[in-house]
Amino acid sequence: MLAALAAVPILIAIAVRVTRAGDGGGGPAFLDRIENNGLFVVFVALTVCVPLFLPLTVGVVAGDTIAGEASNGTLRYLLIAPAGRIRLLVVKYIGAAAFCLAATLVVCIAGALIGFALFPSGSVTILSGDTVSLANALGRSLLVALYVTVSLLGLSAIGLFVSTLTDVPVGAMAATIILSVASEVLGQLPQLDWLHPWLFSNYWLGFGDFLRDPISWSNFGTNAALQAGYLIVFGALAYGRFAAKDILS
Amino acid sequence: MTAAELAIETRGLTKQFGTYAAVKDIDLSVPKGSVFGFLGPNGSGKTTTIRMLLGLASPTSGEARVLGESMPGANSRVLPRVGALVEGPGFYPYLSGADNLRRLDSADRYASSGTRRARVADALERVGLSAAAGKKVKAYSLGMKQRLGIANALLTPRELLILDEPTNGLDPQGTREVRNLVRSLASHGATIFVSSHLLAEIEQICTHAAVMSAGSLVAQGTLDELRKVGRPRVRVETPDIQLASGVLAKLGMTVQPAAVDDSATDVVAVFGEKPAEPDAIVAALVRAKVRVRGFALESPSLEDRFVSLTGEGFNVDH
Repeated sequence: MLAALAAVPILIAIAVRVTRAGDGGGGPAFLDRIENNGLFVVFVALTVCVPLFLPLTVGVVAGDTIAGEASNGTLRYLLIAPAGRIRLLVVKYIGAAAFCLAATLVVCIAGALIGFALFPSGSVTILSGDTVSLANALGRSLLVALYVTVSLLGLSAIGLFVSTLTDVPVGAMAATIILSVASEVLGQLPQLDWLHPWLFSNYWLGFGDFLRDPISWSNFGTNAALQAGYLIVFGALAYGRFAAKDILS
Repeated sequence: MTAAELAIETRGLTKQFGTYAAVKDIDLSVPKGSVFGFLGPNGSGKTTTIRMLLGLASPTSGEARVLGESMPGANSRVLPRVGALVEGPGFYPYLSGADNLRRLDSADRYASSGTRRARVADALERVGLSAAAGKKVKAYSLGMKQRLGIANALLTPRELLILDEPTNGLDPQGTREVRNLVRSLASHGATIFVSSHLLAEIEQICTHAAVMSAGSLVAQGTLDELRKVGRPRVRVETPDIQLASGVLAKLGMTVQPAAVDDSATDVVAVFGEKPAEPDAIVAALVRAKVRVRGFALESPSLEDRFVSLTGEGFNVDH
């Protein structure tokens, strides 16, 4: 899965390099900036991955946490070891969160490497028009990666909860991915704008703030609070469900 | 027997799934230090009972006490002292046998990580898997997985071992090794609770047994107590089947229906309320001019008892 994620920035960079069609118009945000600086491959790749590829992989990992162990027959042995049910949930969630970070970093690192290989590097002109040093821009990239990782924590908690509901990992994965798509679809409907601030996918593409001077932290803060809310609610639901569940797998 | 002498004690333990009671009101008493056979046909509620003993499922009503504490409330205090094999082994197919054991051992908060490598190697050695320790579990045969499951139960010294069908899928050598292993563990003072539908196995290794049928506990006690309930019987080898049956019936014995064809060469009769002396039976037979070619007194086997308790039918109940 990580390899598939790494392929996204590589494909984007090669496509831009081959067609040289970077003259504005169409395509995802930041696409026209790639030819000025290879680092923008990272941001284009994240813009492409955040709505679809990252939730897909996170859904697979988070949906598999408990249901995967159950279908393997290992859940009962972990519990009688005894791993402790709360401890098992916490460890599984940390594992899913670590995957969110790893997946985001893979996209960023692959994007930066292929970007610098095919396009110019050096100082970067950011969205606000200011020019910053490469080191500064790399630092901003790490903040973007952190933002994207935090964005996925709510979805991971939902996946963990769904995973405690079933012994069939594929079902839990599909349900988690469907919820993420549903959240994004609802986010597209202007009639539901009162609901938008409560959708876990609402701030997913808000990382552009880190590419302006001065950096605005308001999106980051709101997003982090929202994701923490989802973590608390779905973490509690997962605990409520799992703590008293009869393990019959 | 006081509660302190019992490794497992259940009172009115019941597990209901919807309207169907998988386990109905069972009172188990497993003395410390015993090798306890838990018998029953498929689907009689053995594994559900074991799940409740291990705190994997909560009873609908009643109580399960393991090593003196109530389950599932005392999971974290009781389970480190209990090793178990539940409903077949469960392992990650892409990890080696040794890595699987290390992973499960590290899930146990109370197991020391410093001695982990040595304990894993020792457990693998005890079940004869040392040579296959580095092989991925997906390449294991059913019997090897079963052995690995038993090794997992032996990772740390345990006071109680709960083994659900431990010899499932094992070859005759493996079965014998498991028997020896159970004996050696028992001789070191561990209590062993073995569920099985194989009577011969239980008869060979157990000191106590309980029999489940359709979710209820229908008998429990020492092996001798269980056998005693059945009545002894005589087997008379003779060409005069009709004559012999008449004589035995007159002595108050119940003649078991023989084969319908003429091939039968012996008569089996179960002793009645007041058992006659074997010598008197032979004398009566000879007086009636029955040609007695063989005479044997048979004590009831555990199998007879098991079948009489759980029924002859092959079909899974309910």
